[in-house]
Amino acid sequence: MRTLKVRGLRIDDSFAEAFPMSGTAIVITAPAPKWARQAATTMTGFATSVIACGCEAGIDRALKPQETPDGRPGVRVLLFAMSVDALQTQLMNRLGQCVLTCPGTACYADLEGEKKLKLGSAIRYFADGWQISKKFGGKHYWRMPVMEGEFVCEATTGLTQKAVGGGNLLIMGENLEKTLRATEAAVAAIARVKDAIMPFPGGIVRSGSKIGSKYKALIASTNHFYCPTLKGAVDTALDEDIGCVLEIVIDGLTSDAVASSMRAGLAAVIKLGSKRGALRVGAGNYGGKLGPHHYHLKDLLP
Amino acid sequence: MSALVFTLRDKPEQRLDLSALIPDRLARLSLKEIENIALETTRIAVRAGDIFRIRKGDAADIRFAGGSDRFDRVGEAMSGGSIALEGHVGARAGRLMRGGTLAISGNVGPWAGSGMAGGTMTIGGNAGDWLGGPLAGELAGMCGGVLLVKGNTGQEAGHRLRRGTLIVAKTAGAYAGRAMIAGTLLIGGRAGPMPGYLMRRGTIVLGEPPEALSPAFLDSCPVELVFARLLAASLHKMSPALAGTMKRPLRRLAGDVAVNGKGEILLPV
Repeated sequence: MRTLKVRGLRIDDSFAEAFPMSGTAIVITAPAPKWARQAATTMTGFATSVIACGCEAGIDRALKPQETPDGRPGVRVLLFAMSVDALQTQLMNRLGQCVLTCPGTACYADLEGEKKLKLGSAIRYFADGWQISKKFGGKHYWRMPVMEGEFVCEATTGLTQKAVGGGNLLIMGENLEKTLRATEAAVAAIARVKDAIMPFPGGIVRSGSKIGSKYKALIASTNHFYCPTLKGAVDTALDEDIGCVLEIVIDGLTSDAVASSMRAGLAAVIKLGSKRGALRVGAGNYGGKLGPHHYHLKDLLP
Repeated sequence: MSALVFTLRDKPEQRLDLSALIPDRLARLSLKEIENIALETTRIAVRAGDIFRIRKGDAADIRFAGGSDRFDRVGEAMSGGSIALEGHVGARAGRLMRGGTLAISGNVGPWAGSGMAGGTMTIGGNAGDWLGGPLAGELAGMCGGVLLVKGNTGQEAGHRLRRGTLIVAKTAGAYAGRAMIAGTLLIGGRAGPMPGYLMRRGTIVLGEPPEALSPAFLDSCPVELVFARLLAASLHKMSPALAGTMKRPLRRLAGDVAVNGKGEILLPV
């Protein structure tokens, strides 16, 4: 692989290959930031990969009271799935089990879109006939009596079918300590980008996968080209000095959000430098034939 | 393009139906055609040009300089654009309105905003009886939009209200929100006896305790409602006083239990 040398780091002349997804955004508010974040964390739990979780979800950012519809602290959550139906199912289940149940919360739409997904309209029947529909200020809310008081939830939220899933960076270093340091710096930088999330634990995936497996039942398996312990045994993509690889996967409501995230992550890794951080940065793709979105690292350099 | 202005020539001698003078009907008409519009009235046939001095302008932005309590059906069934009237008007102003904005600086007669379904109507003065209510035989009153009265209103404001927001900044007469189907009715000042009588669903907010409350409203408890914060935010510009009320701790009375009891009256604790 051709590489570019930037401030001591090797940047692969490669690209991340990403796919169209259906995506949405909601805002969860609560009397205290702690409970808004708790509801968001619970709702976005077990949502790392569509392979087995049904959706990919994460926290976009925390919102100040003056930024939310009800003037309470909030959190913006993004959800992505491979189809509108799958997204609707995941949104309904996660809203009903994780937000409705969480003390003090309310939930609002946070994406404009001609097409809508049901939010409160999907779970209002929980109120057993006591649900109250309220339309004012151009919005439609459902009020649902619950043991704690009332759960207020906007009826619908916007949907985008132009979301992008699978933007990524492969961060390679000498050992776990340095590679993790570089990857954490990238995660912190990407967290500040609007309209994008990193669905894996803490934003990082250590077990990147390739499509297919020697076992018929599996659709994906370990990306052996990037496993340092298999160097020598397999056709490796790693150099002599690479002892650890971590990946950041990015989903965004727009292609621009994914590109901005990758740019921010790349800049953070490069800024940290090769002495304390990573030695090389690459990106995962499938040869460019599967996904319509290609993000070339050389175009994203700071 | 400047506004299309109707300046009242003299105090009208008979009641006048002004429902023909709305943006929907005047778009693409020439000044001559507008002057020739026959207005429904009582005894002597009149044309718009007989009553008003008309200045050519954008039909989506209609202004009336001068009003009269003999002006009926101002802005009736309008679906867009704006009408602003300086002065008072008679019955049924803004009835069946579907969109746009209607602003009347003075007082309005009975059935203002009757059955309106959308848009925003603002009344600078007082409103008569049956604000937003249905005419005899109709099943529902106001069913959308926003209706703001800056003064007082007569009896049965919000009769059979079905959807939308009806705001009375000052006092309301007896039986406000009678037989409400749903929707939101807010009264900043003191309401007359029996607000919400036979209401099925919907919300009535009272800035002060009413003169008398039906025994068919049952005290739920003092509540902190997220919904109240949302409503306060949406009312902030139209009625700061009521927005303030919504931010205070509220008592919730559930009723009217004589019907299905899914409505509520919210009062400051």
